[in-house]
Amino acid sequence: MTVTPLRTHPSLDHLDALESQAVFILREVAAECERPVLLFSGGKDSAVLLHLAVKAFSPQRLPFPVMHVDTGQNFPEVLEFRDRTVERLGARLVVARVQDSIDRGRVVDPGPLGSRNRLQSVTLLDAITEHGFDAAFGGARRDEDKARAKERILSFRNGFGQWDPRAQRPELWQLYQGRVNHGEHLRAFPLSDWTELDIWQYIEREQMALPSIYFAHQREVLKRDSMWLAVGPHVVPREGEVTEWRSVRFRTVGDANCTGAVESDADTLAAIVHEVAVANVSERGATRADDRFSETAMEDRKREGYF
Amino acid sequence: MSDSTKDLLRLATIGSVDDGKSTLIGRLLVDTRQLFDDQLDAVAHASQKRGVGDLDLSFVTDGLRAEREQGITIDVAYRYAATPTRKFIIADCPGHVQYTRNMATGASTADLALVVVDVNHGLKEQTRRHLVIAALLGVRSLVVAVNKMDTVNWSPTAYQSVVDEVDTIAGELGFANHVCVPVSALLGDNVVDVSPVSAWYEGPSVLGALEVADAGVWESAGAPRLPIQWVLRQDGGGRTYAGMMNGGTLLVGDTLTLLPAGVATTVTSIRAGSGEREDAVAGLSVDVALAEDTDAGRGDLLAAAPLPRVTRELDATICWFGDAPLEAGQRLRVKHTTRSTPARVVSLDGVIDITTLNVESTRELSTNEIGLARLATADALAVDDYRDNRVTGSFVLIDEVTNATVAAGMVGRASFLD
Ligand SMILES: Nc1nc2c(ncn2[C@@H]2O[C@H](COP(=O)(O)OP(=O)(O)OP(=O)(O)O)[C@@H](O)[C@H]2O)c(=O)[nH]1
Ligand SMILES: [Mg+2]
Repeated sequence: MTVTPLRTHPSLDHLDALESQAVFILREVAAECERPVLLFSGGKDSAVLLHLAVKAFSPQRLPFPVMHVDTGQNFPEVLEFRDRTVERLGARLVVARVQDSIDRGRVVDPGPLGSRNRLQSVTLLDAITEHGFDAAFGGARRDEDKARAKERILSFRNGFGQWDPRAQRPELWQLYQGRVNHGEHLRAFPLSDWTELDIWQYIEREQMALPSIYFAHQREVLKRDSMWLAVGPHVVPREGEVTEWRSVRFRTVGDANCTGAVESDADTLAAIVHEVAVANVSERGATRADDRFSETAMEDRKREGYF
Repeated sequence: MSDSTKDLLRLATIGSVDDGKSTLIGRLLVDTRQLFDDQLDAVAHASQKRGVGDLDLSFVTDGLRAEREQGITIDVAYRYAATPTRKFIIADCPGHVQYTRNMATGASTADLALVVVDVNHGLKEQTRRHLVIAALLGVRSLVVAVNKMDTVNWSPTAYQSVVDEVDTIAGELGFANHVCVPVSALLGDNVVDVSPVSAWYEGPSVLGALEVADAGVWESAGAPRLPIQWVLRQDGGGRTYAGMMNGGTLLVGDTLTLLPAGVATTVTSIRAGSGEREDAVAGLSVDVALAEDTDAGRGDLLAAAPLPRVTRELDATICWFGDAPLEAGQRLRVKHTTRSTPARVVSLDGVIDITTLNVESTRELSTNEIGLARLATADALAVDDYRDNRVTGSFVLIDEVTNATVAAGMVGRASFLD
């Protein structure tokens, strides 16, 4: 066979190749779908995604809104970053609140200290239906979890918002096809092929702003389920738990009550890149209580419609 | 070597069900320490819980509940690895015939196929089917792991009989190169390091073969092609045309033809994520400004000579994944580059017999069969033969009712069918 290669030219830098692939996916989905939305939590992956979306359509404004599913249990630094970023870009922000789902009786309130993580799926799917979105961009990466490793770049969701890992659409070459029937939608993952290290190298190269909690800082923490949790309104010391001040940073950002901090002195992007390059625990393993419920926690949540 | 200039090899595992693809990838990743401690612990814990030993290596990629329950791979898992010399994107594909469409998904972006063959069975029909699909997709290089050598007492004769079969079919299908390695994925011999257990074998380990394998031959990338994805309105009124470059390198000042309209135009500027530039290589997302005022839009193609042909009739090789058979007269939708248009099957011109590689006449293509068809399209398409350009030579077929992707199509026919 004398087929010419499909992919990138060898002189294309690794980060440029990843950036180009993501931009290609963003443009393709924006062109094929009627009402896309970009899920923006203020975390590092969604910050990279938004940064890429701005590049993909500049100098035009973003051709879709951004949406935050707000559990009400966020870190204040992250919300502040979210609002600052959206304002700087002149993007349209839709906030879907888990509290509203609770008030409407769609989900049961787990109480002030209980986790609202799993309830997000209902809030997200309701918002997708309410706004008529037919595609939602997410910052998920395949290296994060074994179920995500199985997912297509354009991932089909049926009329109930469910992912069926046994019946995924074939996805040949870079021919991403985004056709769905009414009520169905797509999740699109432009960062599928990025690793955690790629993300940090890219943030460093682009000198992107991020929420301060990604950088090492002194914080009052307590140890629970072998993770350092930040003491605050959503994490109150239980009997026998002692709090202490440590130099920590966050490797992922989720809800304050189920996202652990890692001990770290990395307070610059260069130091974080170095720390990530030599880490021997995965980012979710180190920091996410929500993945520890069972062997297939992520798969189960994804089937229900989670990000 | 700095991290961002390390070259990247994309590989897909192929071969029949249970021959040991996932075990081999698990072994490769574990023995080169690509797994984080907690991931390794989780695999060990899941193995023990399911009573399949201390560490079932296939669980490294078989991450779905159903996969672990049934002990088979259902859909592709992507894993990312790096050794001191190379980065790898690994697609661990399923072997079961029912999931051939998923194997094609994984192989469609691969430079190299890592073929796994159980030494006890040799090349099964499904292994041959995967090899045919890989050849059609344009995979050029094979590394063939002749697996489960521990079960035949590392017999050189057993190994050699598989090598002979592989040599024959690799020649017939026209792969540019292939390397065979006798291995035990289960025990790790010849996977990362060459093992003393096969003193008679003089070649590299699987990893050794992957580290030096050809990541793609770049000598003839063809002429520049830029399928337009999106028109960007510039401040002050101008327009630029955005898309991913493909084929040869584009330079500012190049003359391009807008297709299917057939209008000549000149590139006046090129911009990518990092700003203005003088050139654009394949794989770069760009937007270009043109000297002439054209009405170019999404679905159009900017191309340099030799130009693709503009046509409403395609002779193509089809891998059919639909549940119901494909027949002449059927209506479907084609997605080709950034253009999507209704299409009709004018005629079915044959099905490939996987065993003989002959083209036999047929009235229909059933699920997972590969055949030749002529399609008529509503809109004109600007196409190259797949063997000349993978982007302008490929398309998918879409079911108009369910919107499911039901076929992979390649314009023209592969040389092994000539
Ligand atoms: N004795 C022996 N058994 C092996 C070896 N490699 C794999 N196996 C066993 O073969 C069985 C199938 O292995 P998998 O790795 O799941 O096979 P696969 O090719 O990935 O299968 P599918 O993905 O379902 O097509 C498992 O029980 C493995 O333990 C080997 O080198 N020696
Ligand atoms: Mg497998």
